[in-house]
Amino acid sequence: MKILSIDTSQQALGIALVEDGRPVASYVSLVNKNHSIRLMPGIECLMKEHGWSAKDLTRVVVAEGPGSYTGIRIGVTTAKTLAWTLGIELVGVSSLAAIAVNSQFSGLIVPLCDARRNNVYTGAYQWQNGELVSLLPDKHISLSAWLEELAEQDLPVQFIGVDVPVFEDTIHETFKHKQTEAHVLTNQLNPLGLAYLGSLKTPEADVENFTPKYLKRVEAEENWLKNHPDVTKQEYVKRI
Amino acid sequence: MSVWTKERRLILAVESSCDETSVAVVEDGNQILSNIVASQIPSHQRFGGVVPEVASRHHVEQITLCMKEALTQAEVTPADLSGVAVTYGPGLVGALLVGISAAKAFSFAHDLPLIPINHMAGHIYAAQFVEDFQFPLMALLVSGGHTELVYMKEHGSYEVIGETRDDAAGEAYDKVGRVLGLPYPSGKKIDEMAHEGEDTYHFPRAMLKEDNYDFSFSGLKSSVINTVHNAEQRGEEIRPFDLATSFQASVVEVLVTKTLRACKDYQVKQLVIAGGVAANKGLRQGLELGLKEQQPEVSLIQPPLKLCGDNAAMIGACAFYESQKEQLADMYLNAEPSLIFE
Repeated sequence: MKILSIDTSQQALGIALVEDGRPVASYVSLVNKNHSIRLMPGIECLMKEHGWSAKDLTRVVVAEGPGSYTGIRIGVTTAKTLAWTLGIELVGVSSLAAIAVNSQFSGLIVPLCDARRNNVYTGAYQWQNGELVSLLPDKHISLSAWLEELAEQDLPVQFIGVDVPVFEDTIHETFKHKQTEAHVLTNQLNPLGLAYLGSLKTPEADVENFTPKYLKRVEAEENWLKNHPDVTKQEYVKRI
Repeated sequence: MSVWTKERRLILAVESSCDETSVAVVEDGNQILSNIVASQIPSHQRFGGVVPEVASRHHVEQITLCMKEALTQAEVTPADLSGVAVTYGPGLVGALLVGISAAKAFSFAHDLPLIPINHMAGHIYAAQFVEDFQFPLMALLVSGGHTELVYMKEHGSYEVIGETRDDAAGEAYDKVGRVLGLPYPSGKKIDEMAHEGEDTYHFPRAMLKEDNYDFSFSGLKSSVINTVHNAEQRGEEIRPFDLATSFQASVVEVLVTKTLRACKDYQVKQLVIAGGVAANKGLRQGLELGLKEQQPEVSLIQPPLKLCGDNAAMIGACAFYESQKEQLADMYLNAEPSLIFE
């Protein structure tokens, strides 16, 4: 089983090759550069260097979101095109789970991604019997509402992700009386961890219809839906 | 080294620059084996215009389905193909990136040459499906984002000799449509209405007498909008059909006059009309009549309506000639939203 994993959901870029559960190679760049310019050259270079050809791949694992809209589109489009045209398996993994997997914390692991205007993409994970379990599902939520929700949990909480420093003060304020860790994991992007999670999941049944998990509608659409509450879902794309 | 190493000369083409996801298979640069077009117009109609993020999301939903359908309908496999062509600009960056990502991954998976195509050059090559080009050739490119006169002395050579200094012709159509309360996109409806009214408003003909091949539609657009607003303020009724006729008469007269002048000055053999507004009946009739009366030796190539809008077949036709010039890309190919002819 030869796995290619791709993470373009944040500013950083991650690519990894894993064979039969053994890490073969990984490429991580933490510099903010265009994923469109770097992703395919990165895959091409890494595979060539390790003697892999496209036809050898058996599974592509992609960080499906939430995260940067353009970023996850580049990753998902690349991954599903490869999977479809090579006739191999496609697995989408939450980009938040791909951050959480880097922590060994025993309580609640909470990845945070800045979604602007004091909103976050987040979720809550926990290791149970060696398996990373999603306890509170991934969502787009205001930071204050999320912190309230977490404050009600009985478990200690650890916040992770490159965006944590942005929210650190607010977090400490809310969790003054609780046992909390709010810290940034330095290796927060780890495409090998993503490949590991992807190796455990059942492949997508419908590769061609696979789409990113944005977890948020486009603002224009939100407003339109508000003004058109009675309209049922229609076909918005037509073959001509 | 030629890209034509296979038994047949087949190109898979991908287009996603605005609100249509399209994938086509083209043989020999002039035969369409498949041309799948997934239009997002019903979606953007909700907002009165294209919302870029919504467009990008639809492209991701559609891209693989379109690729699969294009290959199935053409009855070819990746092994039969000689190259993958993709639009890399101009257009909406997020939209372009979906097509580019898919084309790059496909090209990598099957070790196929990647051919980057300028969307506007693609529009011109829609005419190649009607008739073989004879040079020198003039192309009038009119769409929602562009209004240009392009001179071609040979395949792959593009010289912009005139262009709009402000709004594109298609943009003016959409703005006038909005004032008239027509649903987006309103070009077709205005064209239909223009055939039922009379030119009574006498809107200005911008830059008609100037000694260049440039256009301007912003003044005309403002003139139409002011006419409507003034009428509203005075409590007068506007006559929508006459307004559409008067507006279209101004657009067509300017486009036709300047295009015919360019054809004469550059001694071209063919005139190609291209882009979304090339579907306009008033414009087609104006150019046909003008050429017949003034320059019968110049032949007019009008692509069928389906090939005037955005589609991947035109990208495949253009790629056939671009690949012969060895204009290939590598995996570093990126979107160029403001790409122009060089």
